[in-house]
Amino acid sequence: MENYIIAMGVSAGIYALMALGMNIIWGMAGLINLGLVGFFAVGAYTSALLTVKFGLPIVVGVMAGGAAAALVGVIVSLVTVRMRGDYLAIVTLGFAETIRVFATNEIWLTNGSDGISGIPGPFRGALTPVEFNSLYLAIMVVVVAVAYVLVERLSYSPFGRVLRAIRDDEQVAAVAGKQVLLYKVQAFALGSVALGVAGALYGHYTSYIAPDIFVPLLTLYIKLALLAGGVGNSKGAVLGAFVVVFFLECTRFIVPLIPAITPVQGAALRELIVSVSLLVILRFRSGGLIPEARSHLVVPAALPAPTRS
Amino acid sequence: MSPFLAEFVQLLLNGVMAGAILAVPALGLTAMFAVLRFPNFALASHATAGAFAGYVANVSFGLPLIPSLVFAFFFAGLLGLVSDEVVLKPFRAMGAITTAIGSIALTIAIENLIRFVFANELRGYDLPIARDMIVGGVRIGPQQMQNLAISVVIMGLVFAFLTFTRMGKAMRAVADNPMLADIKGINADTVARIVSFGGMGLAGLGGMLIGLDTSIDPLTGFRAMLSVFAAAVVGGLGSLPGAIVGALVVGIGEELCLLVLSPSYRSAVGFLAILLVLVLRPRGILGQRAY
Repeated sequence: MENYIIAMGVSAGIYALMALGMNIIWGMAGLINLGLVGFFAVGAYTSALLTVKFGLPIVVGVMAGGAAAALVGVIVSLVTVRMRGDYLAIVTLGFAETIRVFATNEIWLTNGSDGISGIPGPFRGALTPVEFNSLYLAIMVVVVAVAYVLVERLSYSPFGRVLRAIRDDEQVAAVAGKQVLLYKVQAFALGSVALGVAGALYGHYTSYIAPDIFVPLLTLYIKLALLAGGVGNSKGAVLGAFVVVFFLECTRFIVPLIPAITPVQGAALRELIVSVSLLVILRFRSGGLIPEARSHLVVPAALPAPTRS
Repeated sequence: MSPFLAEFVQLLLNGVMAGAILAVPALGLTAMFAVLRFPNFALASHATAGAFAGYVANVSFGLPLIPSLVFAFFFAGLLGLVSDEVVLKPFRAMGAITTAIGSIALTIAIENLIRFVFANELRGYDLPIARDMIVGGVRIGPQQMQNLAISVVIMGLVFAFLTFTRMGKAMRAVADNPMLADIKGINADTVARIVSFGGMGLAGLGGMLIGLDTSIDPLTGFRAMLSVFAAAVVGGLGSLPGAIVGALVVGIGEELCLLVLSPSYRSAVGFLAILLVLVLRPRGILGQRAY
C-alpha cells in the first residue's frame, strides 16, 4: 500500500512538471499547445534511446531529452508562430499524432508498437521496489522544486512580464518595442524543456515506453490539472497535478465496484468519467482562468476574427 | 499501359475515391466552422457514432445500404444537436480555444461511450460482395464506385440546400456576417442548431462511408480526423467548395505518397498538407469564403 502511494506521488510529480511547462507556454505566453504529449514523447524516446542503445548515463539522457524537446519546440513554434489560435490548436494536435505515427512506424529506431523496454532507472538493480520508488520520489521532489523556483523566477522577471503582456495584448507589446515572435518561440522552447524532461523521467521510472502511452488523453490530464489549480500560477499547476492524479486513482478503485463489467468497459468508463469531469470543470471553473486567444492574436485578413463571442 | 503508369493511374483513381468520401465530413466540419467559428474536434466521435449507427441499422436490423446511411446521418446529426446544445454551446461564450478543448473532451467521452457498448473489436458491414473490374490494368471495385456516387449525390444535396432553401441561405448569411444577419432578423440560435445537426450528420455519414471499405471500431473517426481537418484547412477553413477541393487534394496526396511511404504514414501526409498550406497560403486554396 505504501509503495502504491509513493508511486502515485511520482506520477503526480511528473504531471506537475508537465503542468509547470504548460504554464509557461499557455499560462504566461497564452500560446495554444494541444500537442504537449508529442513533446513528452520526444523527451521520453530521446532519453530511452540514448541510455538503452548507447549506454549513456541517465542524467545525460534526461538532459538530452529536455534539449531534444526544446529543439522540436523551437521548430514547431517557428512554423506556427504567426498562426491564429484555432489553427494552432489543429496543428499542435496534428503534430502530436504525427509523432505517434512516427514512433509506431520507424521500427528500426523506436521498436514500433512493441515499444522500448528495459530503460534503466537509477540503482534499480540494487534496490527493492519500495526503495527504488522512494528514491525516485525524492528525485521528483527535487526536480519539481527546482522547476517550480525557476518558473516562479521567470514569471516575475522582465521576461515573464513581457510574455504576459504579449498574452494580453500582442499589439501593445509590439508597439512597446518587444520582439513578439522571438519571445513566443523562447516561451515555447522553455516550456518544451519541462515537457521533455518529464517524458524522460517517466521512461526511466516505468522502464517501458510505447506509442500507445502518448495519446491525446494525457494532454487533457494536464489541461485538467492546470484548470483545477488555476492557469498562470505555479502553485496552482503543482496542486492541480496532485488533484488530477488523486482523482484518476480514485476512478481506478470506483470502477471495479460496479458489478458485471468487463475490463474494456471499465477502462472506457474511467476515460468517460475523466473527460466528463474536464467538461464540468471547464464549464464552471474556467471563468477568467483561461487566457483566450481571440481577436487580439494574429488575424489574417481573409479570416475575420470571431465576431460573436 | 506500362506497369508504372498503371500503378500511377490506380493510385490516382483510389485518391479521387478516397477524396470524395473525405469531402463529406470535411463539408460538415467547414460548415460548422463557418457558422460557429471554432475547430470542432468532436467531429471524430460523431463520425464513429454514425458508423456504428449505420452498423446497427445494417447488421442488426438488416437494412440495405442506403437506408442505413440515412439512419447514420440522422443519428449522428441528432447526437450533434444534443451534444452541442448541452455541452459545447455554453463554451462558445468563453472563446474559440476553450470550445475546441471542450470538443476534445467531448469526443473522448462519446468515443468511450461507444467503446463501453460495443467494445474494441473490429466490425464489418453486411454488404454483397462484388468482383472488381479490371480496365486497362487498373482495378475498379463496384463498391468504391458506389461510394463515389453516394458522395457526389451528398455533395449535390448539400449545395442544393445552401443555394435554394431559406435555411441554407440564412446559414450562409450568418457565416458571412453574423451582425448583418442578426439585423435582418435571422435567428442565430436556430442556424447554429441546423448547422450542428447537418455538420455532425455529414460527419456520421463520412464515418460510415470510410468504414464501408474496411471495418469499424471505436477509433474509426479519430483515425480519420486528421485527414478531414487537413481537407478543410487545405481548401480554406469555412469554404464549402474549398472543402471538396481540399478533400480531393488530400485524398490523392495520401494515395500518391504510397509510392514512397508506408501506408501507415497516411495521416502524417494530412498533417504535412496542413503545414504546407498554412505556411505558404494560410487562407487555403480557395481563399475567399464562397459560402
